[in-house]
Amino acid sequence: MEVTGNILFSGVGGQGILLASEITALGLLAAGFDVKKSEVHGMAQRGGSVTAQLRYGKKVYSPLIEPGCADIQVAFEMMEAVRYLPYLHKGSKVVVNTQKILPPAVATGHAAYPESVLDELTARGIVVVPVDAFEIAREVGEVRTANVVMVGAMAAFMPVDGAIFEEAIRTRVPEKFKEVNIMAYRAGRNLTK
Amino acid sequence: MTKISENALWMSGNEAIALGAVEAGVKVASGYPGTPSTEIMENLSTYDGVYTEWAPNEKVGLEVAIGASYAGARALATMKHVGVNVAADPLFTASYTGVCGGLVLVTADDPEMHSSQNEQDNRNYAFAAKLPMMEPSDPAEAKEMLKIAYDLSEDLDTPVMLRITTRIAHVKGVVAKGEMVTSHAACGISKVPDKMVMLPNIARGRRKFVEERMIKCRQLAETAEFNRIEPGDTKRGFITSGVSYLYVKEAFPEAAVLKLGMCWPLPENLIRTFAESVDELFIVEELDPFLELHIKAMGIDCHGKDLIPNQGELNTAIVRASIEQKPKEDLFAPVQLPLRPPNMCAGCPHRGIFFNLSKLNVFVSGDIGCYTLGFLPPLSSMDSCVCMGASVTIAHGMAKALGEGGHSKVVSVIGDSTFMHSGVTGLINTVYNESAATTIILDNRITAMTGQQNNPVSGYSIKGEAAHEIDLEGLCRAVGVKHVFVVNPHEIPETKAILKEAIALNEPSVVISKAPCVLLPEMKKRKPVSYFTHQENCVGCMACIRLGCPALSWTAFAEGEAEAKGFRKKQKGVSKIDEILCNDCGQCASLCKFDAITRKEEK
Repeated sequence: MEVTGNILFSGVGGQGILLASEITALGLLAAGFDVKKSEVHGMAQRGGSVTAQLRYGKKVYSPLIEPGCADIQVAFEMMEAVRYLPYLHKGSKVVVNTQKILPPAVATGHAAYPESVLDELTARGIVVVPVDAFEIAREVGEVRTANVVMVGAMAAFMPVDGAIFEEAIRTRVPEKFKEVNIMAYRAGRNLTK
Repeated sequence: MTKISENALWMSGNEAIALGAVEAGVKVASGYPGTPSTEIMENLSTYDGVYTEWAPNEKVGLEVAIGASYAGARALATMKHVGVNVAADPLFTASYTGVCGGLVLVTADDPEMHSSQNEQDNRNYAFAAKLPMMEPSDPAEAKEMLKIAYDLSEDLDTPVMLRITTRIAHVKGVVAKGEMVTSHAACGISKVPDKMVMLPNIARGRRKFVEERMIKCRQLAETAEFNRIEPGDTKRGFITSGVSYLYVKEAFPEAAVLKLGMCWPLPENLIRTFAESVDELFIVEELDPFLELHIKAMGIDCHGKDLIPNQGELNTAIVRASIEQKPKEDLFAPVQLPLRPPNMCAGCPHRGIFFNLSKLNVFVSGDIGCYTLGFLPPLSSMDSCVCMGASVTIAHGMAKALGEGGHSKVVSVIGDSTFMHSGVTGLINTVYNESAATTIILDNRITAMTGQQNNPVSGYSIKGEAAHEIDLEGLCRAVGVKHVFVVNPHEIPETKAILKEAIALNEPSVVISKAPCVLLPEMKKRKPVSYFTHQENCVGCMACIRLGCPALSWTAFAEGEAEAKGFRKKQKGVSKIDEILCNDCGQCASLCKFDAITRKEEK
């Protein structure tokens, strides 16, 4: 079997993870790969920790990534970059949005947000690529494109031409948001390419 | 759904099933929302030429589909696994009557309980109701198998169940566009009492028919393409179905596999032939040993739940490790982090009610919906949750058991959609059998947890067109509740006074908490207005923080920091509103006694 890639998207419900994973999937499909993607709907979406799992290759059977097999993790929140550590391996690349979203126990003063949480990854030899996606999206002119900035930052680690994701954005995003999303994608891509 | 080439579509299992229904020529479809089934009906409602509706519950939905089938149309009912429990009554007898137009019930099971209260295995229903059940492995197969199910339904005169699980419903994959097919049946009225009137004498006749039909179905299963042997290394042979097939193919790509597309009835000869061709036989299935029990009953020696877990989802790693009897090594261990459970949204009207209930020292009999999150800290005010509609009846039962005065120790909490689903019958019981437990209906105008589906109190149909809006207050009065109160849950002190009054009454009472879900489109379109914090007035009492609103956060002071910043020396910290997240409900402001929270017109 020739599965060539597993991408784990993680973050907090409402951060645009489904759109980001969708753009990634459409780009990989356009490049000729078979793709399967597993999403979380329902209860967990209400501000909880969420993931989307994407697998691509010549032929993909399982929609789920095996523990220790995520090649790339795109994390939309710092703590959510570390929560799924058992899915990573020493060669994993973690592209992480440096935003902090406080979980209930932290917001109500019952727990502390862990200091230097990304050290948990670097200490294990995992490559961490921090991205201030929120600030970049603000500069682009639309804070809601932070998720697409993250796709741009991830694209450098993919075995396909980055332009293919721009086409995916054009396919998937409503007309009036196309240009700003393309700009967000390029801003993200310029960080890592 | 996104088109990726002339004939290929990128879509979820649920989108694929909706398209399959269109390609199969389904004319009438009814269902009740429930994760992971909801998007089937939502997507189907966007196509022309098929009538769709949200039913108040799954029993109604299935009965509507049975009616459409009797009138000769191809009909579909969709629901989550536990919904089939509600629809089981018509299901078991529709098995006897059979169909006119093809009839399929899609059951969306939820192994791992991602969004459910149990993880029952609905393959058992196919056995118990004596019906064929198809079990696809991915979105592309889900569409094709639904079409096969309609042909089988009409050919064999039977309702057919199609069972999917979360990892088919909410998985996206490449699906081929298919041909439109037409029903063998024609719409019209045909009176066939020997088939449709299930009085005992007639039912006994149909009972025989059911057995004959299932024998015929079993014969058909022996040679049908959806049950296939994939030749390979015969040292280990696998019998599997549904999503488990995919895990077997990845864990043991070289092995011989018997893939069952129909998990009931079973092709016994095919299974025997396969079993004899392999050295060691493994049955790989999620949840119950359904295939395993029936295969063992055939006298075939095999491994199954002695190795494979009977709880939760499987995946490739679990299948491999279970069969090989060795866990994967060198995995990173998880790091301890603060949990991030789901939470009610900023501005959610339910929060105000649960905040009050947390102060009232009552047992809160809960129900199924977003408001079940009222269980979580810091509100921690739900004490039981069983199934749709059970809040009202459990509160009544507790009040009866507790005897005199018991009614003032128990309240039930139920959403508008859940109340329509099966709460109203419980309320009728409360009135008829005289208990004084208070029922709190959380009316937020929508079925919110499953992603904003209209229901009989919303005033809109599945397509968003105007529909009759049930008057909840009038309905409660009509069943005999004399004390019906309507409150605005965002006004916390006022709501508390009314809750206390209702709970103290010695007769049945209903409190309708009326405020729209903040995710409704009209709520999202409002001019953005926010509350904000005057931190200089904040005394650190944490009254607002105890709401657990995601827009509010607490910053603790370090030693000496309070005094340095001009606060009282002993003040422990300050609260702050994130104005981007704030949804303008004002619950925190109604609790603040120090003028530290005010509304401002522009964000």
